[in-house]
Amino acid sequence: MRYAMAIDTKKCVGCSDCVVACQTENNVPIGFCRDWIVEVTDGTYPQLEMEIRSERCNHCDNSPCVRCCPTGASHYGDGGIVLVTPNKCIGCGACIVSCPYDARYSHPDGYVDKCTFCIHRVEKGLSPACVAACPTKCMYFGDLDDPKSEVSLVLKKRKSKTLIPEAGTKPQVYYLI
Amino acid sequence: MASRREFIRVSTLGAGGISLGIPAFTSLAKTFSQEDSPVFKSMRRTPTYCEVCFWKCAGWIYKKDNGDVWKIIGNDDDLHSNGRFCPRGTGGVGMYNDEDRLKTPMIRTEVDGKQTFREASWDEALGFIATKLEAIAKEHGPECIALFSHGSGGKYFGNLLKAYGSNNITAPSYAQCRGPREVGFIATFGEGVESPERTDIRDTRCLVLIGSHIGENMHNGQVQEMSDAIDKGATIITVDPRYSTAASKSKFWLPIKPATDLALLLAWIHVIIEEGYYDKEYVEKYTFGFEYLKDHVKNMTPEWAYGITTLEPQLIRETARAMGSASPAVIVHPGRHVTWYGDDTQRLRAVAILNALLGSWGRRGGFYRPEKVSMPAYPHPEYPKISRTWRDAFPGKYELADLALASGICDATIPVAERDCSFKAWIVNGTNLIETLPNQDNTLQAINNLDLLVAIDTMPMEITGWADVILPECTYLERYDLIRTSPHREPQIALRMPAVSPKYDSKPGYWIARELAKKMGLADHFPHENLEDLLDWQLKKMGSSLEEMQRIGVKTMAREYDDLYFAPGEEIEFYTNTGKIELYSTELEAKGFDPMPVYTPHEEPPDGYYRLIYGRAPMHTFSRTSNNPNLTDLMEENAVWINPKVAREWGLENDQYIHLINQDGKKTQFPIKVRVTERIRWDSVYMVHGFGHDQKKLKRCYGKGASDTNLISKVHIDPIMGGTGMRGNFVSFITEVEVES
Repeated sequence: MRYAMAIDTKKCVGCSDCVVACQTENNVPIGFCRDWIVEVTDGTYPQLEMEIRSERCNHCDNSPCVRCCPTGASHYGDGGIVLVTPNKCIGCGACIVSCPYDARYSHPDGYVDKCTFCIHRVEKGLSPACVAACPTKCMYFGDLDDPKSEVSLVLKKRKSKTLIPEAGTKPQVYYLI
Repeated sequence: MASRREFIRVSTLGAGGISLGIPAFTSLAKTFSQEDSPVFKSMRRTPTYCEVCFWKCAGWIYKKDNGDVWKIIGNDDDLHSNGRFCPRGTGGVGMYNDEDRLKTPMIRTEVDGKQTFREASWDEALGFIATKLEAIAKEHGPECIALFSHGSGGKYFGNLLKAYGSNNITAPSYAQCRGPREVGFIATFGEGVESPERTDIRDTRCLVLIGSHIGENMHNGQVQEMSDAIDKGATIITVDPRYSTAASKSKFWLPIKPATDLALLLAWIHVIIEEGYYDKEYVEKYTFGFEYLKDHVKNMTPEWAYGITTLEPQLIRETARAMGSASPAVIVHPGRHVTWYGDDTQRLRAVAILNALLGSWGRRGGFYRPEKVSMPAYPHPEYPKISRTWRDAFPGKYELADLALASGICDATIPVAERDCSFKAWIVNGTNLIETLPNQDNTLQAINNLDLLVAIDTMPMEITGWADVILPECTYLERYDLIRTSPHREPQIALRMPAVSPKYDSKPGYWIARELAKKMGLADHFPHENLEDLLDWQLKKMGSSLEEMQRIGVKTMAREYDDLYFAPGEEIEFYTNTGKIELYSTELEAKGFDPMPVYTPHEEPPDGYYRLIYGRAPMHTFSRTSNNPNLTDLMEENAVWINPKVAREWGLENDQYIHLINQDGKKTQFPIKVRVTERIRWDSVYMVHGFGHDQKKLKRCYGKGASDTNLISKVHIDPIMGGTGMRGNFVSFITEVEVES
């Protein structure tokens, strides 16, 4: 099993609903977030192009954050999801620095926090909160090892990319372009 | 004569200031029914429909084990949301949690020559209002009392006003927003577009957006359907001087020179007629005045429009052909906030005409025929006969306005010799008129002529700082409201019920209106002690019940009438004078207006000035959400978008704070951050509406960003229906800014 997400940049309008849905679902304190919006504009008026992306932890196959964690708090869970065990975390912040995507933050309660792909929901057969809430239905989540999963099918059909592939982290969040 | 009001920003005297010796909760608390039937307390999730914007998506409020509000998500059965809320709906928890909420009734008072508010009990505050209204009604007549509302409370306070003898009930969502669209479409099709819009975006093959920034205006169902249309490969055409989010999703972006949209629309009509792209059968069967129209636009070529709009003729032709090829599954979107230049009804007429030519009205992928259910009316005494309305203040003007004008009532509050009644009292519920109505000087002048201003709100918005009495309404998470019945593909009803008890000493709008009615001797008009009884009575008459709706939240009813689309060859009588779709409007002609739209040039910015364009951000609803902790976290201030060429000329840099000043010398009250971006034309600047709050009680958003309303002092009134055109203001930059420590 290999959980992954695909996000359609052609449909995302950057409304940030994914951000609030994650914050309320996961009780993320106000002022912090596990996912966020990036907007990139190219060109000069009126020859313009714009890409809008909802970004989060890429749940990399080769995660620098897991490698550098001195206590084993950062680890791989079922389906390759990168997780943090709060009571093992000493809040040293090495993982925050190691992540090329800046996907982690220090929770005020003294541990490092990040996207979990809403594993607590996935275990119940639900999709992650951001995927379930998105008004544009631009996010797909599922098991890459299952060729019939929605995420496998959409990645087969559409062109996609990952972020900062040169970092060699093998990210598992794909962007449909 | 009213004493001159001062705007009260901060100070409120608590019980320590002027001691009344009575606690805020008094005898009235007992009548509050939710205390007696806390059915919601045992429910893990309770149904609601959202009040953060007018789309009214239905969803579920989930609670934590300790009973606190956890999250709000969409109801899968709901056609407005399809189970997916927008960021504002998801962030609706912040409306409840906001610690800056209004907490107790307050009455304006004067201490040592300084105006301030003192806390009052509900009994005293409502008694104060009833006494004042009685005096006003006695001296001037009850028609001199007006209600401004935007939201669910409007129905209750409207009932109160009508029972008292005034029909001056208004919402800024008409003359400051969608009014010209309704009038333009009624003049053409005999019917308005309504809300939610009857656009069949999910099945369209071509969607044309003119200044409508779906995706930034987060009208949920439309955003969802635009995404579906993208998935299905629909052609999107966006006309906007700004590279909007929608423009970035479009096959064609037309970076039009602002204020010239009507020329483009007429040129499109020209091409569609001249090149034979119109739906001939439909036009022949259903429309009136085609030959007049053909003659009218014969010289309005793309080349003619090029000189006006700066859009290449080839681009105008190509986009007209794209629409024609998709016909009838094409939508030239009517937009929503359309009060721009004062000839807006005529511009929307051109939009309606274009849709008629393309045969999209009543067709799949165009505009469907919505249906809604009516709730059974409960018996109550007849309303008194009304002798005067706001229209009497404008004899012979704005006759085609089908709703009251908020701006008209504001203007008619300023006394003039020849008018026998000016408005003397305003009851304002859930609309921040200071930021909503253009020309703030005018609004404040009107307010200073009032004998009574009552503000009913959940938050200390600017309007409350001008009120004589402030009444704290509880949020939609804490109350019942009337059943939602909006027009849609299938008629649906949705329930809002409390998830939690009202915080502080806030009360539901229904309770406030009913208690006030009791003090005014109008209790008979509110025969139900609480909304639950009324809702249960109505729902049972419809074959449902309150208990059922508490369980399911949304119920879909069967369509009673005709099909969603016109049947082939169907005979249809439209509600117009000719019974046809009027390409040539006999109604407008009879009233002395152009029967077909005519392009007239609008004033252009002088040297060194730029046209002020304003719009929406997806995570905010006007100024209503500016202090919401969840949504402020996503966007806490607005920025002024400036083209890099202009920025270079003025030496402006990203993130620098500046002031804007308009053609009348009106300056932003607070500095605004510069965003240098290619996404805006060089002759315009853009900012998101709803920021720059001047109310210190709004701790999170006070002084953050700037208010576009500060700069909208020039208003171009639509002579047809009184809409307030607000895009004819020009701004320049002041780069020296004092930084507040």
